[in-house]
Amino acid sequence: MEIKILGPGCPKCEQTAKIVAEAVAETGVQATVEKVTGVMEIAGYGVFGTPAVVIDGDVKCVGKIPKKEDVKSWLTQ
Amino acid sequence: MKETTKLLILVALFLMAYFIPWGHPVIRQSGLEAFLMLQEYAREHVLTCLIPAFFIAGAIAVFVSQASVLKYFGIQANKILSYSVASVSGTILAVCSCTVLPLFAGIYTRGAGIGPATAFLYSGPAINVLAITMTAKILGWQLGLARAIGAIVFAVITGLLMSVIFRKDDMARTGGQIYVPDEDDTGRTLFQDSIYILTMVLILVFAAFAKPAPDAEGLWPAIFAAKWGITIFLLIALGWMLKAWFTKDECKSWIEATWGFMKQIFPLLFAGVIVAGFLLGRPGHPALIPEHYIQTLLGGNSLWANLFASVAGAFMYFATLTEVPILQGLLGAGMGKGPALALLLAGPALSLPNMLVIGGVMGVKKTAVFCAIIIVMSTIAGMIYGTFVV
Repeated sequence: MEIKILGPGCPKCEQTAKIVAEAVAETGVQATVEKVTGVMEIAGYGVFGTPAVVIDGDVKCVGKIPKKEDVKSWLTQ
Repeated sequence: MKETTKLLILVALFLMAYFIPWGHPVIRQSGLEAFLMLQEYAREHVLTCLIPAFFIAGAIAVFVSQASVLKYFGIQANKILSYSVASVSGTILAVCSCTVLPLFAGIYTRGAGIGPATAFLYSGPAINVLAITMTAKILGWQLGLARAIGAIVFAVITGLLMSVIFRKDDMARTGGQIYVPDEDDTGRTLFQDSIYILTMVLILVFAAFAKPAPDAEGLWPAIFAAKWGITIFLLIALGWMLKAWFTKDECKSWIEATWGFMKQIFPLLFAGVIVAGFLLGRPGHPALIPEHYIQTLLGGNSLWANLFASVAGAFMYFATLTEVPILQGLLGAGMGKGPALALLLAGPALSLPNMLVIGGVMGVKKTAVFCAIIIVMSTIAGMIYGTFVV
């Protein structure tokens, strides 16, 4: 599973990255987590607002810090 | 932070401590001014102005639906609507400056095109609630109002000019799926949300209500006399609204967002006030930079002074809100009102690091034109303001 966290590096993005990392650890899913900070690269996903979470190419959440339960449910689907 | 950076900072601090002639009367005076200015902010502005403004910013970030605004930036959106929304949406979208650039890139590459994108890029950092409140409270309501109006008008003109100049380029825009922030169903009506935010704005207005002139009569002294009564009444109303309309989780995320802004902005502002106080002093008190330099460069309302202020503002990096204490110091040291507005209009929207990112998104040529438009318009606006409002 490939998880991307889109955000230029603001505190909210850091918090999102932390929540995702915790969710991955707690569910035990095999996943690579990558941070995408380039503004053009973020725009390439068509995302209007950061932080955003992309899992296997699907945009899961835009413009807010996701809840850990939500991240877990995306991971286990 | 890299270890080498830490070392460099330490070395710089050591050299400053070692070589700066701290015993020299001018340096002593400047150091004193830095802390006197800090005290002025702590006493006059933090409790009645900044704290309420942070709560408002937090509420906007959490409760105002970004999705409802962003849909006007899609590729099929009505152009007139896109421009209008772009020029004012900074108030609700850009409380955090880190959201501006990704959103700009998104609107530019996937959405409504270069016009609305640059309009948003300009207005975003210039008209957020915190910036306008601080400007109006500390530098006077005239400058605050001129800044708000100037930012909105500039945003529309800049956007239109950019889309006319680069008309052909705009044709090759590609569509594609766009994702806007999810819209949550909150169970509140728009009316309830508006009343809630309006109550907080009123608290800010009354808590920060300035003492009217001693000879003033009628309404203003009456409001001033009753301001704490009104403020307490509004606070009780706010408490009732929170209990009746909002869930515990919502209140918690509101507090978290507010606290996030405070953590982000207070340290910057603290440093900004200290530096501004050290270099420029409070109004009427000299500090490190002699006042006659400022008066020669930025005094009066000449074309040169306005242009210099615009260019300096465009290249200089102002951390969120620090433009206010710096400008306060400059005004106190003899800067003209016109150049002050020019700097406010060109400053927060542009900076050297910012230009580099914008250049990466839309290319060097468009970035240069964008910056030139803003510098020229800021200069003109400064001259008009300096001539007619003194």
